[in-house]
Amino acid sequence: MSDLAWEHLSNQAIGAAGIVYFLALLAHLVEWSALRAVPVGSAARRAVPATAGAPASPADALTADDGPVAATPSGAGESARFRVDMFGNLALMLTVIACAAHFVALVARGMAADPNRVPWGNMYEFTITGSFVVVAGYLLLRKRFGLAWMGPIVTSVVVVLLMVAVLWLYAPIEPLTEALNSYWLVIHVMSAIVATGAFTLGGITSALYLVRARAEKRGTVGDTGYIARLPALATLDRVSYRIHAFAFPVWTFAVLISGPIWAHQAWSSYWNWDPKEVVAFITWVIYAAYLHARATAGWRGRNAAIVALIGVASLWFNFIGINYFSTTSQHSYASGSAVVSLRVD
Amino acid sequence: MESPTKPEHEDDRRTGELTAWELVRWTWRQLTSMRTALVLLLLLALGAIPGSVIPQQGVDALKTENWQAAHPHLTPIYQKLSLFGVYHSPWFAAIYLLLMVSLVGCIVPRLFVYWRGFRKQPPVAPRNLSRLPDHTSFTSDEAPDAVLERAAGRLSRRHRVAVGEGWVSAERGYLREAGNLLFHLSVLVVLVGFGIGSMFGYKGGVIVIVGQGFSNQLSQYDDFDPGSLFDAGRMEPFCFTVDSFSAQWIDSGPRRGLARGFRAPITYRASCGNDPSTWSPQKQYDLRVNHPLTIGGSQVFLIGHGYAPVITVRDAQGHKIYDGPTPFLPENSSFQSFGVIKAPGLKADQDIGLEGFFYPYFAMINGDPVNLMGDDKNPLISLLAYQGDLGYGAGNSQSVYALDKAGMTQLKKPDGKMYRVDLQPGQTTQLPNGAGTVTFNGVQDWVRLQISRTPDVWLTLLGVILALIGLLGSLFIRPRRIWVRASRRDGVTQVEVAALDRSGGGDLAPVLSSVVDSLQAGVPRATSGETRRTEDDRLTKEGGHA
Repeated sequence: MSDLAWEHLSNQAIGAAGIVYFLALLAHLVEWSALRAVPVGSAARRAVPATAGAPASPADALTADDGPVAATPSGAGESARFRVDMFGNLALMLTVIACAAHFVALVARGMAADPNRVPWGNMYEFTITGSFVVVAGYLLLRKRFGLAWMGPIVTSVVVVLLMVAVLWLYAPIEPLTEALNSYWLVIHVMSAIVATGAFTLGGITSALYLVRARAEKRGTVGDTGYIARLPALATLDRVSYRIHAFAFPVWTFAVLISGPIWAHQAWSSYWNWDPKEVVAFITWVIYAAYLHARATAGWRGRNAAIVALIGVASLWFNFIGINYFSTTSQHSYASGSAVVSLRVD
Repeated sequence: MESPTKPEHEDDRRTGELTAWELVRWTWRQLTSMRTALVLLLLLALGAIPGSVIPQQGVDALKTENWQAAHPHLTPIYQKLSLFGVYHSPWFAAIYLLLMVSLVGCIVPRLFVYWRGFRKQPPVAPRNLSRLPDHTSFTSDEAPDAVLERAAGRLSRRHRVAVGEGWVSAERGYLREAGNLLFHLSVLVVLVGFGIGSMFGYKGGVIVIVGQGFSNQLSQYDDFDPGSLFDAGRMEPFCFTVDSFSAQWIDSGPRRGLARGFRAPITYRASCGNDPSTWSPQKQYDLRVNHPLTIGGSQVFLIGHGYAPVITVRDAQGHKIYDGPTPFLPENSSFQSFGVIKAPGLKADQDIGLEGFFYPYFAMINGDPVNLMGDDKNPLISLLAYQGDLGYGAGNSQSVYALDKAGMTQLKKPDGKMYRVDLQPGQTTQLPNGAGTVTFNGVQDWVRLQISRTPDVWLTLLGVILALIGLLGSLFIRPRRIWVRASRRDGVTQVEVAALDRSGGGDLAPVLSSVVDSLQAGVPRATSGETRRTEDDRLTKEGGHA
């Protein structure tokens, strides 16, 4: 295949992935609206069963649990249950298909470049890879952590991210700038993207923690609806912590180990106080604060979740925002090759 | 806040001293508390923000000056707050120094606690295991001792086990705290390494014209940024010559007009002092971006390139008063470059100064040159000419990239119109008033090299790697306590199992069920067990803790 054909394939696959994610989101919405007719207790259709994560329990309650549902008394509940099953499965299937198309888009993007390279050369490519990591992480952890309730949120976040990427960040395929042309690109950018995807999942969990905590405080959790089917606060908190605990060392490696080593090779200085470096460091400090907050009386729970949300805001600002804020950043991939950037002292 | 034991009588010296001591202790305890560390961490993040938004003197001096010129009202306020040098400002230093003190004050006592606790036996099982949030119980026909013996045997595989009267206590995950301590200590190592590197190290930049050489002496650098304890006598005595420079210009696609594949092969000697007999052998290196040359503890980086037009200036009598390549500094990615030529005359007030642009690939549009791209396929110099006194006599040092026009007059055409030297390679022009001639002989490349030395960088690297290992340990090792109590009541053995996750990240339900399974294995159950572990339980637990 020619480079041009690969490029077309990549663009079409991204478009297809976006559409299918959107269909998955619609299916999730139907699923969850149908669930409104099924009270949590009567159908035992909790998104995550009481003993979340226990090996013996069906973690994937939305699709795998059918024992207690037979007890649903009314016919309306029966048809609602059918719709829940049907659209839940459909949404999952669509998400898997979209994720596969997303992956094809990434591979084709790398194949379209001459010479072939990893598809992490500009903001468009970072964003489509980052959103891929979000979906892949969700699909991988779905069973283990019982993340079925995250489906509607993840699909909507990814649809938005892909729209941002395609509408605002799209850049034609081009060879890497000289400073980016290094094997450290694979190591540094890979770890940064993986950490970004994982932090995003953790941020979604923390946000839902806050939503549920607020509903519980007001006593509006009720028996039906989305919030009622979120896992208990302690479970949300634990899942959020586990995801963050995975992402934090990866981020540490990306920002404070591989980043400085590569910066030294390419720009001759381990740490330049470049705006992107500074905000990455700020993000690191915020997540360090999150981990400490979870171990501090009076901070765990709600305050820790707020810190995690500040962290995810800082993370995405650093990922996209700072490039528009500061054009002289050495990380501003829009500019020409870093090698002409001469400082006249 | 006042200490509750503060005495009423201020004139009593003894208690007064005690109060002062208590105040110190109170302050210390506050400073080293987790809450303070947390607030300081958030403050550090907050304090770093201005540096990412406001241009920093140390990062981009030119941009900072432009910003200051554009904001005359804000600038004095910002300067008072050190907002143009956030990372060297006293208040930023205050935050991280407090954080360091807090860290040391937190870690050192924990080191001792850990050292003592490391050899300790697991604690006695709590009397009432059903009070713990994660517990379960079952009944058995076996004797309590048999159950406990099996529990001890089962748990001792991966736990440290203590056995008492009617209970078994097991603990694992001691290394979590070790990882935690290692991480925090390594942060200190990193900071020490970073400090040594920036105090004893240096970095400097130099523009070297292709074909010319460089030897590592302070005087040879264009700009030099030494650490506060840097000793120029200990600079490594290497030298090198830049043999050539090449770049591939991209002539199609979205990056058209830009270059890549920069190469600057250089020939170097690791040691070349005054005495040629001590010179080390000559070596070659293909210097490229991302591929710095390491000589001893120093590294040479290729960070820029540009053009140096070769210009000859003769005075009115035809004497050569200037001859050679002069680096012009690129102003944009298409390499339109600005430069200055200072030709000191043989007589007073006969100096000639030229100032203007070099266009690597020009086209004339309405009589003015416009640059098309960075490849030097069609070069042009376009300079304004001045005559007079360059100001060299005053003894003050001058920038080679700026012309001091105080003593100079611009040369104009006889009719008073603007005069400009526009030359292509090989051309010569007469200056007005018979001031002399200017010849443009050709173009040479120059490369900008950054040379830096960061002593003991291995210490920083080691610290960072240890920190990562410690971090992994502190995040993924799960410290856990498991207790089993068994007692005979009403003819059956009541067995209680409880578990406690001390990291707050573990899910104990599967742990409990696997312990119970292993205790019941092969033994006929008397009655079915009852596991009390629901989400509501957890909620009450969480509420109770908060």
